Amino acid sequence: MNYGKEFTKGILKENPTLVGLLGMCPTLAVTTAAFNGIGMGLSTMFVLICSNIVISLLRKVIPEQVKLPCYIVIIASFVTVIQFLVHGFVPALYTSLGAFLELITVNCIILGRAEMFASKNNVLASALDGAGMGLGFTLALFLMGSVREILGSGTWFGLTIPGMVGHTMSLFVMPAGGFLVLGFVIAVVCALSKKNPPKKIGCASCPNAAACHAKCEEADA
Amino acid sequence: MTSLLTVSPSPHVRSGMTTQKIMLLVVLALVPAIVAATVVFGPRALFLVVFCAVISMFTEMVCQKLMQKETTYTDGSAMLTGVLLALNLPATLPLWEAAIGCVFAIAVVKQLFGGLGCNFANPAITGRVFLLLSFGGDMTTWVKPFFYRGRSFFEMFAATGNLPDGVTGATPLASGDAGLLDLFLGNVGGSLGETSVLALLIGGVFLLVLGLISWHTPVAYLGGLAVLELFYTLATGGEMTDVLYALLSGGVILGAFFMATDYVTTPMTGAGKLIFGLGCAVLTFVIREFANMPEGCSFSILLMNLLTPYIDKLTMTHPFGAKPAVKKEAK
Repeated sequence: MNYGKEFTKGILKENPTLVGLLGMCPTLAVTTAAFNGIGMGLSTMFVLICSNIVISLLRKVIPEQVKLPCYIVIIASFVTVIQFLVHGFVPALYTSLGAFLELITVNCIILGRAEMFASKNNVLASALDGAGMGLGFTLALFLMGSVREILGSGTWFGLTIPGMVGHTMSLFVMPAGGFLVLGFVIAVVCALSKKNPPKKIGCASCPNAAACHAKCEEADA
Repeated sequence: MTSLLTVSPSPHVRSGMTTQKIMLLVVLALVPAIVAATVVFGPRALFLVVFCAVISMFTEMVCQKLMQKETTYTDGSAMLTGVLLALNLPATLPLWEAAIGCVFAIAVVKQLFGGLGCNFANPAITGRVFLLLSFGGDMTTWVKPFFYRGRSFFEMFAATGNLPDGVTGATPLASGDAGLLDLFLGNVGGSLGETSVLALLIGGVFLLVLGLISWHTPVAYLGGLAVLELFYTLATGGEMTDVLYALLSGGVILGAFFMATDYVTTPMTGAGKLIFGLGCAVLTFVIREFANMPEGCSFSILLMNLLTPYIDKLTMTHPFGAKPAVKKEAK
């Protein structure tokens, strides 16, 4: 097994947020500032590594029928740990993340990696996978948070950027700006990883599928 | 004679109306409004219109070159988007902000979705909403009409951002104290295109007469809004002139004739256009009277743009004598 690859794949090629489109809720909600993005990313990374290690260790013990409840219990335990740690040591981050810190429990990235990877691979590979995926998530959130904070508030990590005062675009700290930035970041990542858009685009995820009759039937056939 | 014997594939009868002609005629229809804005707000208004049109066309050209597509920036659609966007801006908006709006409208709303005919939302309206949400302060700084009188040419152009007191005022829609005749002629503050109703009506009637737009959307939009405002006035015990005031102030005239009639982003059939116009009327009314924003015209048209594919599906026409298509059973 190529351990280096298990670590690096999560950063760009299989980035959970920008390629897998998992964990959209924290990605859009907490990235109004770069610091929040990093805080959220690192918290998730901690939970992801720990839960991957424990689930990998217990992968032969957990019965198939009740694996999801087991995973959730393990994940929730680590979320509680990180919640107390953040509350105790970085109260400012705790306030700005709010409920989203607790909601790491139901972040699809963590459950996804548990199901897809940790339950099938050894401890070292699972830990590296968790670290890589967590790093990819953190970088994505940091990137989005930076863009949104610089354009929307004219600051970066709370430091005022000269020349941006009075020229900020408040749209970017609004939810709509989050979607906009996410779209552009995904486009850049796709270009960087030389991923071409699919030749044939299915109708399953198209919001207008109901209205465009002909094309859908064509695609189904 | 020989040409009569030539056999060619259909269509055999062509109207001679091209995209370029339509776009230029719509711009022509907007000329009275541009002239009115220039008279009311000074030469900077005219400059803003030209600036937005040029930036829009330039953006379209750059996008199409980058995407290695056929360049169609001379077909007038980008110019029309720029002109319409400029008419949605206050006269004192800094030029770089207007440029961002144009780039967003053309590059993001239009070209990223495939260019003319493929955009799901009206680029000019989306550009305006983008600017309104981004630069809320500059976008709602309205200078009073004829503020430029007695100022030097340089002062008129530099009049952005920090304006002296007494020059700016609320739009008549928010303040509610302008005279009806002032509203009709355009002697009020506001965006370039929400001042003179008379000039907009001239352009609108011009488009109707030429058959470039159908009567359905403007009638449904303005009529629907009038009826709703009438009921609201009756319910709240206002004066009857409030209904007229609501129609003459704000951007509904510009919206009803020039924005809600865009070919690409509005329904195709007459019934669909009526539904579209009524939907715009209801949303505009609700946003104006019950939301915390003064004007809801652009948001209402944008929201109805999103519903257009569904309205088109609902109002699909059937060929005469054809049996309605049997629904396929779910697999």
